Amino acid sequence: MNIESITASQSEMDGVYRYTIVVNTSLDQVKKVVGQIEKQVEVLKAFYHEDEDVVYQEIALYKVSTKLFYNGSSERILRAHGARILTIERGFTIIEKTGHPEELQLLFNELKGFGILEYVKSGRVAISKPMKTLESYLNELEHDELF
Amino acid sequence: MKSLVQEGVETIFGYPGGAIMPIYDALYGYRDQVNHLLVRHEQGAIHAAQGYARASGKVGVCFATSGPGATNLITGLADAMIDSTPVVCITGQVASHLLGTDAFQETDVIGISMPVTKWNIQVTKAEDVCDAIAKAFYIARSGRPGPVLVDITKDAQFGETEYKYQPFKKMRSYTPMPKLNIDEVERAAELINSAKKPFLLVGQGILLSNAEEELVDFINHTGIPVASTLLGLGALSADHPQYVGYLGMHGNYAPNVLTNECDVLIAVGMRFDDRVTGNVEKYAKQAKVVHIDIDPSEINKIIPAEVGIVADAKQALSELTQKCSAGNHAAWINEFHVLEKVEQEQVVESSIHPVSEELRMAEVINLLSEKSKGDLIVVTDVGQHQMITSRYFKYKQPRTNITSGGLGTMGFALPAAVGAKLGNPEKTVVAVIGDGGFQMTIQELGTIMQFNVDVKILILNNNFLGMVRQWQELYFEERYSFTDIQNPNFIKIAEGYDIMSTKIEDRINLDRELQKMLDSKGAYLLEVVVGKQENVFPMMETGAAVNEIRLN
Repeated sequence: MNIESITASQSEMDGVYRYTIVVNTSLDQVKKVVGQIEKQVEVLKAFYHEDEDVVYQEIALYKVSTKLFYNGSSERILRAHGARILTIERGFTIIEKTGHPEELQLLFNELKGFGILEYVKSGRVAISKPMKTLESYLNELEHDELF
Repeated sequence: MKSLVQEGVETIFGYPGGAIMPIYDALYGYRDQVNHLLVRHEQGAIHAAQGYARASGKVGVCFATSGPGATNLITGLADAMIDSTPVVCITGQVASHLLGTDAFQETDVIGISMPVTKWNIQVTKAEDVCDAIAKAFYIARSGRPGPVLVDITKDAQFGETEYKYQPFKKMRSYTPMPKLNIDEVERAAELINSAKKPFLLVGQGILLSNAEEELVDFINHTGIPVASTLLGLGALSADHPQYVGYLGMHGNYAPNVLTNECDVLIAVGMRFDDRVTGNVEKYAKQAKVVHIDIDPSEINKIIPAEVGIVADAKQALSELTQKCSAGNHAAWINEFHVLEKVEQEQVVESSIHPVSEELRMAEVINLLSEKSKGDLIVVTDVGQHQMITSRYFKYKQPRTNITSGGLGTMGFALPAAVGAKLGNPEKTVVAVIGDGGFQMTIQELGTIMQFNVDVKILILNNNFLGMVRQWQELYFEERYSFTDIQNPNFIKIAEGYDIMSTKIEDRINLDRELQKMLDSKGAYLLEVVVGKQENVFPMMETGAAVNEIRLN
């Protein structure tokens, strides 16, 4: 099993970090991995979701030659992809786009024709659709414990 | 040190070194309260701590220095992890300002030990030591037990701080004692009550949760036959009329075969190891499975469960006994006896009463079992002698079977026996070891000598790495690649360590010498030369189903 991406950051709760790990595998395998992750003493809770159950984004930066903009196609490309320009320097321009990986790839493919100097993409950040908050899970955990 | 005493630590196995000197200096002042055994290698320290934990039910503790001291613990940590043994290792570490500089004897022990510990922590400040120790013991012994490593930098060891020890109570990310789901227990009881051929498999979970009495109550009430995994041996006395044997690759014929005949399979505190299941695609497909384990990740990990109960075995069994109706499964148990007779005739009889001139391992163990009436702590190493001992020794009491199960660590037995003796000094401890495994940790004879540890060492010497040789014979066309081992004179080695010893090669001396070993005062080594090319049967071959187990 390969990890497609991994993203970690502070969550809405103080001291609680949230990791988003993307894998491509069978449901059975995912359940086992989630079980093993949750077994880690320091892990509060591990969930798994399929793509349909989450709202997610990735961000990509494309470094292209500024000359690209001389031929007039840049406006169409930027509009079509909903991308924006972060900086324009003498030699290069940096374009940013957020979206699903396929969307980032479409822009990549289009820019590739003009030459991409550098390309970098983030891992996935995702929020699950069900309305149960992390806090309510944690409260359950606190109450569940028996001593 | 105060923290350790507070946690009830009485015995420590360890080896000093540069980065742990301040701790050893503090230990010097606690010699009247804590018994420290100087081992001869750090692997010996951790296996001894494991043996201590398994025999006593308490947390085993070991000390080691940084770098090589710490890395020498890794095998034992992995062993304790897979066999759920509560151990706390305290390792010294280079001073915090030297971390990451490739300092002398520096190693990233936190990184190395992460996959083989239940939890680990590096402490770099003196004021954090007390809390880390308290948390370490709490995590090691609670829930599904396991090894914990606390790495303390030298400056934190030197630092002075106010002593403020408090036992650790809870952490929100960790639920050691899951709440029993009564609905699931009721569903399990329904299945069990309607079963015609229920079959109970027990593992070490029974011992870890001290559920031996609850187990007996449950089976007496329901009349269900019971089989044990390797690490579960001793959880139920082999004398119990419903005990039908030992599971797995070299286990008994009846419980393996009838696993594929039962209609409800109840597994308690066991994890369906591949040595138990054989081919999982052909494992108990006809049965509805009730799986009880304290670790939620074990449920549905290998064998899908109709009912999964995440709970402590003691609590779950006692609840289940109340919910199940009284039963009698005499006819079903008789099916086990029929197959047991087949095994008795085809395997057991010729093993314990051989006609060959050579001594066989099984007759030695069978005699040991009879002579001692099972009232021993038996520590085994890994290989043929281990499987033979598990098959032929009749374990009758909890915590009398100490062996390396999941990891299969050769070299485990000798140091683990040292620990077991310290953990339960009342009992006679016999370490049954092969000639190969003995030499992997033979240096611990020094520990036995220096601290007068009363361990009986029974070497079953076939002058071969027997288990691998058996596989080479059966599956590699008798190409005995490097399994023929030339051994030293074990008796002279024992003499060098001032340990009494005898070597026997003939049947006529066996009874007398076993008795002499059991009656001896202090450590004793008995070397029994057995047949060179004995095979352990029954045997479940790779890819075979439990009911395809071979008798010969």
